[in-house]
Amino acid sequence: MAEPLLDIRGLKTWFKTDDGMVRAVDGVSLSIDRGETLGVVGESGCGKTVTARSVLKLIDMPPGRFEAGQILWQGRDLIPLDEAEMNKIRAREIAIIFQEPMTSLNPVYTVGDQIAEVIELHQKLSRKQAMVGAADMLKLVNIPNPERRVHDYPHQFSGGMRQRVMIAMALSCQPKLLIADEPTTALDVTIQAQILELMQEMKERFGMAIMLITHAMGVVAETTQRVVVMYAGKVVEEAPVEALFGDPRHPYTQGLIRSIPRVDRSAGRQARLESIPGTVPSLLDPPPGCRFAARCKYVMPACTQAIPPLKEVAPGHKVACIL
Amino acid sequence: MSKMEATKDGALLSVRDLRKHFAVKGGILSRVVDQVHAVDGVSFDIGAGETLGLVGESGCGKSTTGRCILRLIEPSSGGIWFEGADVTKMDATALRSLRRDMQIIFQDPYASLNPRLTVGAIVGEALTIHNLAKSRREHEERVVQLLETVGLQPDHMRRFPHEFSGGQRQRIGIARALAVEPKLIVCDEPVSALDVSIQAQVINLLEDLQEQFGLTYLFIAHDLSVVEHISTRIAVMYLGRVVEIAPARDLYDTPLHPYSEALLSAVPIPDPTVKRQRIMLQGDVPNPINPPSGCHFHTRCPIARPDCATRVPELRESRPGHWVSCHYRG
Repeated sequence: MAEPLLDIRGLKTWFKTDDGMVRAVDGVSLSIDRGETLGVVGESGCGKTVTARSVLKLIDMPPGRFEAGQILWQGRDLIPLDEAEMNKIRAREIAIIFQEPMTSLNPVYTVGDQIAEVIELHQKLSRKQAMVGAADMLKLVNIPNPERRVHDYPHQFSGGMRQRVMIAMALSCQPKLLIADEPTTALDVTIQAQILELMQEMKERFGMAIMLITHAMGVVAETTQRVVVMYAGKVVEEAPVEALFGDPRHPYTQGLIRSIPRVDRSAGRQARLESIPGTVPSLLDPPPGCRFAARCKYVMPACTQAIPPLKEVAPGHKVACIL
Repeated sequence: MSKMEATKDGALLSVRDLRKHFAVKGGILSRVVDQVHAVDGVSFDIGAGETLGLVGESGCGKSTTGRCILRLIEPSSGGIWFEGADVTKMDATALRSLRRDMQIIFQDPYASLNPRLTVGAIVGEALTIHNLAKSRREHEERVVQLLETVGLQPDHMRRFPHEFSGGQRQRIGIARALAVEPKLIVCDEPVSALDVSIQAQVINLLEDLQEQFGLTYLFIAHDLSVVEHISTRIAVMYLGRVVEIAPARDLYDTPLHPYSEALLSAVPIPDPTVKRQRIMLQGDVPNPINPPSGCHFHTRCPIARPDCATRVPELRESRPGHWVSCHYRG
């Protein structure tokens, strides 16, 4: 088997706080192949964003620190790399887009300047050539009047258009992996549909892999090939997308899928939504055993003894549950 | 609108041609330079015990509509009748008693609870204002009862909002609304800020309470799957106007307005085996300061014809109970 593009092994990213150590990411392993779209899902505080940011080492240290694990990028561990070496990887090989594009664009530079800067840095072009390249990128992401719009500032764009600008910037150096952290969460549904379609188009065009981080199960079902479900800093299930929705094995995944109202085949109000009782546990000194035990309806005494390992139950389908 | 007039009797709440324009000020003298037509002629009825869902994208005027009904925002024009009384003409005293019957719960459970008050004080405040408890003991018993109704513990009354999670805070907001035993609750994006597993808990709670107390809801949300689940009927809004009203199932099975159709097809389905034809809308929602002429949707509409830019379509009943505002559909 070919070496995966990105291979995260036993990653632990912890944060030191006044109250103690927050185990935000606590032993996460996942991998992404070339050209693949991997979905990483989970609710607030499950560690999905910290995992994504760890890959690019965009974590403030301190308070954060890598407690253990490896982040293998094409076989090479990123954790020991210094800032200069990381900068070569960031954007040239791995790009990231965030939920709120306004906070990741510089408000005092034009959009063209910001994209051209990336192009100049990576392709050794003159400013003038880079600006032409920037306009081309805006055109690629379907922004109307790109030659004129390169001279506009971020606040002159709508939310959906800003996310297009972010995608243009991320793609301008043709990365091998695009990390998209809740790219459509702040957008309306019709605009979300446009952005997801654009990402799909760009992926096919450039053959890059995508790591899509989201809490929206519908988005995962429609855009990914493989899914990793996270809960309280750990991976609880990993499966091809059809298997995950068709045959979810972990009680948390099952609850998550059943708690979403469905537009396409709903019985309306007759059907009651299945909900997961309780709330997500604190990541400060989490209890031993399965982190979902306190909310799980199948809980057994053994669940609170030791953390269940991720076991393969079908080809490519792994679950961390003793059942 | 004349055709809808007849249905005013018998409805718990009737809204007719409601408008809210916000002034846009500019220049060094802060003169009014423009008007935002946030709500631009909205009409609907809500029957007792039903849930009317109000959906639409950011800036379509759904929240402003909800707030105008309670007069948290003063409407610019139009009529709002609650049990036959005209809300727009009420004085302060009448409004206070109206708010015993009509309550609101908000999207952000972090911003809508006073951080300096205990949960008991937040939930009990309305009991004091409306003199609903004869003694201290009765007051406390009622607070405990309300907390238990929404699934919280009696000892939570001595704690402060920051000690609770998002879902629990939304429960506190619901308990506060229930304190005055209202008939109608405006739910303004009540689950949008919550995680999916918690969202389901709150939706189930709202449904249980409706059954238990015979409540009527105006449920405002941008998440179409949630609205479809909870609503009896749904009104779809676009740029300050209602473009379609229909029974929930009817709207999802056979949407008539091209905007409703596109909106529904854009909702991602959590099932990888379902492959659908998606109707992609081009561009963004236009600026409500200068909305397009004629039908507001004509700039993005896949079936628009030249006259859509000049003639404003009326909301008309295309099938029993199914109203649509389009020249060429229905």
